[in-house]
Amino acid sequence: MLALLLRDLRLATRAGGGFGLSLAFFLIVTVLVPFGVGPEGGTLAKIAPGILWVGALLACLLSLDRIFALDREDGSLDLLATAPIPMEGAVAVKALAHWLTTGLPLTLAAPVLGVLLNLPLPAFQPLLLSLLIGTPALSMIGTFGAALTVGLKRGGLLLSLLVLPLYIPTLIYGAEAARRGGEGLATATPLLMMAGITLGTIAILPFAAAAAIRVNLR
Amino acid sequence: MSIWEYANPKKFMETSSWALPWVTGLAVASLLSGLIWGFFFTPDDYRQGSTVKIIYIHVPSAMMAINCWAMMLVTSLVWLIRRHHVSALAAKAAAPIGMTMTLIALFTGAIWGQPMWGTWWAWDPRLTAFLILFLFYLGYIALWGAVDDPDTAADLTSVLCLVGSVFALLSRYAVLFWNQGLHQGASLSLDKEEHVADVFAWPLWLSMAGFGLLFLTLVLFRTRTEIRARRLRALEARERMA
Repeated sequence: MLALLLRDLRLATRAGGGFGLSLAFFLIVTVLVPFGVGPEGGTLAKIAPGILWVGALLACLLSLDRIFALDREDGSLDLLATAPIPMEGAVAVKALAHWLTTGLPLTLAAPVLGVLLNLPLPAFQPLLLSLLIGTPALSMIGTFGAALTVGLKRGGLLLSLLVLPLYIPTLIYGAEAARRGGEGLATATPLLMMAGITLGTIAILPFAAAAAIRVNLR
Repeated sequence: MSIWEYANPKKFMETSSWALPWVTGLAVASLLSGLIWGFFFTPDDYRQGSTVKIIYIHVPSAMMAINCWAMMLVTSLVWLIRRHHVSALAAKAAAPIGMTMTLIALFTGAIWGQPMWGTWWAWDPRLTAFLILFLFYLGYIALWGAVDDPDTAADLTSVLCLVGSVFALLSRYAVLFWNQGLHQGASLSLDKEEHVADVFAWPLWLSMAGFGLLFLTLVLFRTRTEIRARRLRALEARERMA
């Protein structure tokens, strides 16, 4: 399993792996927002937590179809299915690799982009925390969606249609935590709720995703 | 005699062809009587005027939108556990009906909301939850349409339906946390005091029964169509082989 994780990380970081693309996408989305809503600091500060969360979510979505599609093309997904490790474990490792190459960099980049959007000072810590807790759920849900659509020729658009509604609860709690932090309110409740969602998805979705992959490889 | 006998498509076709006219008749009768009673023979509400009467479409369609997803959940489980094709086809047949019910509930709500709340749409928890439910239906139907092999499609959509149910519930309570409501509480209940006066409640029960029967009619009809379409495909395939 460790070998699989290292292999995925290596594939993602080398040339053509798409590492950095989602970060660049996140940056561009954040830069576009002030052009859309105007440069006033007050407005930007108000919508910054939501924009940062939606931007991170979309950036995460962008890299989802790479999780299984390349492996399926070169046949390594079939090898994974016949490997001695259970499919559930392989799926969980894939999600972890996706988080390490997408979710974690996005989380670390968010405060920097927060400065661009005039994010209120007390909101930085809850934003960072909420992204840290929430992005694993995004990766896990996304892995499930990618597993559902792995057999399709052009599954990218369908993938976003399937995955985005599943992202709603995470987004709500995440953006709410950051917003409450910005207004100086207690952030424990949304953070705890989101931690619950993350742990729940990690506990349940590997099984659903593995089932979907088995169906698709049949 | 068990319910699993109806997993045999032949048995299902026989029984449903016998039952369909009766169910259709009952649906039409209860819908017509419920709606006519509700529209023409109940008094106007003292504050809402005649707009209150949209309740006879709004509440039953909202109820069926949720129950349809519940039915799809059960039939998906049956398909995953016992591999009965009729069950998977019933789930496939029900999805567009459920989506239409969701749309009807959203639209009638908007039509009522404009004069009453002064807005077509508000990000109220109930409204938002229904919009999310609509998105789930959309994804489910799109996945059915995207996969070529019928068994693969049935498997994948069943898994999606199970996961989607969990997330639909999560979203339902997450939006409660996220925004305060504008929508009133439940209109009818079995154990608490009614929120709707009896004059309005009786035709409402009737039209709810009518919508339930209408749903049953449409599901039976569409499931029969799906079974026939699959038979046709099998026959065509046999023809090509010969």
